[in-house]
Amino acid sequence: MSDVNLDIEQGEFVSFIGPSGCGKTTFLRVMADLEQPTSGTITINGMTPEAARKSRAYGYVFQAPALFPWRTIEDNVALPLEIMGYGRDERRERVARSLDLVSLSGFERKFPWQLSGGMQQRASIARALAFDADLLLMDEPFGALDEIVRDHLNSELLKLFARTKKTIAFVTHSIPEAVYLSTKIVVMSPRPGRVTDIIHSTLPHGERPLDIRETPEFLAIAHRVREGLRAGHSYEEHV
Amino acid sequence: MTRAGGNTIPVLIVLAALLVIWYIAATLMNAPWQAALYERAGTTDVPLAQYLADVWGQPKPLLPAPHQIVQEVWDNTVGQALSSKRSFLYHAGITLSATLMGFVLGTVLGLGLAVLILHNEAMNRSLMPWIIASQTVPILAIAPMLVIGLNAIGVTGLFPKALISTYLSFFPVVVGMVKGLRSPDQMQLDLMRTYNASRLEIFTKLRWPASMPYLFASMKVGIAIALIGALVAELTNTAAGGLGVRLLTGSYNGQTITIWGVLLMAATLAAILVLAVGAAEKLVLRNMGQAPA
Amino acid sequence: MSNWQRILAIVAGVAATLGALLVAGAAATHLWLVVFGVAGALSLLRFAVNVRPRVDGLLAGFGGLTLLASLGEVGPSLWLALLATWLFAWLFIDRLAQQLARGETAAPGLGLVVPLAFGLTLLLLWEVAVRGLGVPQVLLPAPSQIYARIISSGPTLWADFQQTFLKAVLAGYLLGCASGFAVAILVDRSQFLRRGLLPIGNFVSALPIIGIAPIMVMWFGFDWPSKAAVIVCITFFPMLVNTVAGLNASGRMERDLMRTYASGYGQTLFKLRLPAAWPFIFNALKINSTLALIGAIVAEFFGTPIVGMGFRISTEAGRLNVDVVWAEVAVAAVAGSATYGLIVLVERAVTFWHPSVRGGRA
Repeated sequence: MSDVNLDIEQGEFVSFIGPSGCGKTTFLRVMADLEQPTSGTITINGMTPEAARKSRAYGYVFQAPALFPWRTIEDNVALPLEIMGYGRDERRERVARSLDLVSLSGFERKFPWQLSGGMQQRASIARALAFDADLLLMDEPFGALDEIVRDHLNSELLKLFARTKKTIAFVTHSIPEAVYLSTKIVVMSPRPGRVTDIIHSTLPHGERPLDIRETPEFLAIAHRVREGLRAGHSYEEHV
Repeated sequence: MTRAGGNTIPVLIVLAALLVIWYIAATLMNAPWQAALYERAGTTDVPLAQYLADVWGQPKPLLPAPHQIVQEVWDNTVGQALSSKRSFLYHAGITLSATLMGFVLGTVLGLGLAVLILHNEAMNRSLMPWIIASQTVPILAIAPMLVIGLNAIGVTGLFPKALISTYLSFFPVVVGMVKGLRSPDQMQLDLMRTYNASRLEIFTKLRWPASMPYLFASMKVGIAIALIGALVAELTNTAAGGLGVRLLTGSYNGQTITIWGVLLMAATLAAILVLAVGAAEKLVLRNMGQAPA
Repeated sequence: MSNWQRILAIVAGVAATLGALLVAGAAATHLWLVVFGVAGALSLLRFAVNVRPRVDGLLAGFGGLTLLASLGEVGPSLWLALLATWLFAWLFIDRLAQQLARGETAAPGLGLVVPLAFGLTLLLLWEVAVRGLGVPQVLLPAPSQIYARIISSGPTLWADFQQTFLKAVLAGYLLGCASGFAVAILVDRSQFLRRGLLPIGNFVSALPIIGIAPIMVMWFGFDWPSKAAVIVCITFFPMLVNTVAGLNASGRMERDLMRTYASGYGQTLFKLRLPAAWPFIFNALKINSTLALIGAIVAEFFGTPIVGMGFRISTEAGRLNVDVVWAEVAVAAVAGSATYGLIVLVERAVTFWHPSVRGGRA
């Protein structure tokens, strides 16, 4: 990747969109200190990514739920709390709160395989919310789900965003999803990975109804995203 | 396993370290006997080089030094005529023939059973539990009885030993091939159905090629086990020779170095056999465009 | 019913009837055979009336009893009855298996009936064939003879079992598996050690380690510690290789997840990598249980005080007391299967979450 210069303000919902190989997941992983950059600097809350990771400043949601099959849902959500040393009572309270945020209360004693894909991913989000990190890093969390479930989870995520006032960095393949969810859209393209456009959304901040996707404002932003992708030669196929 | 290139250096270093540990252990373990020898001969103040040469040169040491073992193998292979009863190669040949015969029979039997289990539901439900249970029966325990019993009714020589090897090696092949022949996923099977392929065609064009990795993995396990079976069978049929017999006579006569030498020979044989199957695997799988596991 | 099943049914029914007819003259002394023959004749009615598989099962069972009761007199009717019983059993197994596969019947435990029926049929055929044909005991004794020997030699068998299983096998198995596990954890911390040790471990697993037995006898004496030492050598490597494989089985995503929590080595080991490794570890435990028993018995071929299963087998085989050998083998088989079954039960409890256990296929 080259020439990526970006600021993310607190309380923003930033989407990274681009085709495979443009580096959006890599960029997210560098932010999470899961990979090292070869040059340049990143600071998170004024700290290096490593310091941010060690002080548990963010929650990460992967493409797959990555729940531990031998733990119940409540034990899965409690996993980071155990590692970070929270006491039993506080764990129980936080788990209940997180599951309520993602509308999974009542499923505490179930095992991951007993839940549908969408519910598993919601549990994974609950886990990322359990320990009060201000920043949420999400790597195509809804990519494996069908469109109807995806729509539902998109609107749930926005409600969550409005309620908890976190900062969210979100990687996606889907143009409607990026436009629907974000306050700022970063359009990227491959070979080399770079930023083609940064779009500040004019849609209202916070909760938005699903129908907003048929408004001219929405379509205009989507059009701009598509133009950005085209300019980065994202629509051409390569081996 | 990762590519050999990536592993060679660590493996070599670990082997070197093990060799060093062996020499140290040999020194420590042979020391008491050496001390007793010195006392008997009244020797004192032995220089270190002499001491090491002595402690690593005992004729019947508690733990032979590696070079003693290599020397023994050398003497008994290169240093002997091939037909001599003292030659390790002669004995290895006997064991090898029983192993190969058992292995081939076991693989064929295993393949046959796997195909039967695959295509006949009754056989599947009846046989599989018993096949798995059969492996908890220590067949090697029956080996003496089988050999002696067959001898008593006139079946001697290679066949009883091969029978043990067959029994031991068919199990990995059955289990592996049942898994392998069932490995094509539903989509691929459905595709064949849309071509109205017969059961035989589905077998030859889809199931059999898909099971190749499993076949070779099973055969590697099977051939190693067949060798063990042949060795153990030889323990009871001492007349016919073989590495197992040489091991037994060595142990009765307290010839420690010979025992280790025979073990080295058997280990080399096992390694050659497994590598041979591995080479066949690379050849077949490369022709099919697959990398070996 | 398929064509093949029809043929089986006809032959079975006719054979039973024929067998009864041949002794019809002395019906009083051959009551079992006659009743069985009548039942067999009635079974031919299946071509008119639908008959459930369990009827075939009952016919086979009754045939078995008939055979056992009629072993006094060997003649063509016995063999006909044997043929009929075998075919009825075959029909039963075949039809039940088909029903289970099509999902037409599904009672819990019905799945066990098929292999059990198969096993019982084999046992029956074995008994009748050996007794009826007069097979020399040296080659193959009948199950009833083996059973009689087990009962009569009880104390000897128990002493042998104590020596071999309770002392050598248990000690060697526990020590070998524990050390394999411990070394795997140690090796886990060093990428270098893992790359160096693992190929060697794989290689050594394939070697005839049983050959170490005479050396162990030399080092540890004739008694059970030397056998336990052999078992330690045999079980160490599969445990090491499998545990290392298991520790690396946790997915990349899950390990990244732990990294985002700034989880330490110990926390990651106990919360993620060890739980994920259990399926592999149990695989090794199962393999090792069979290897341990075999190892102990074969190691005893190389020298042992005058007690022990391997000792008994090799000496009695030499004296052609084959029934004692079979009795020892039967005890070993039961011990081996029971241990294996126990491990499987524990495995199901610990790895309840694994797809292979969840899907109901072991």
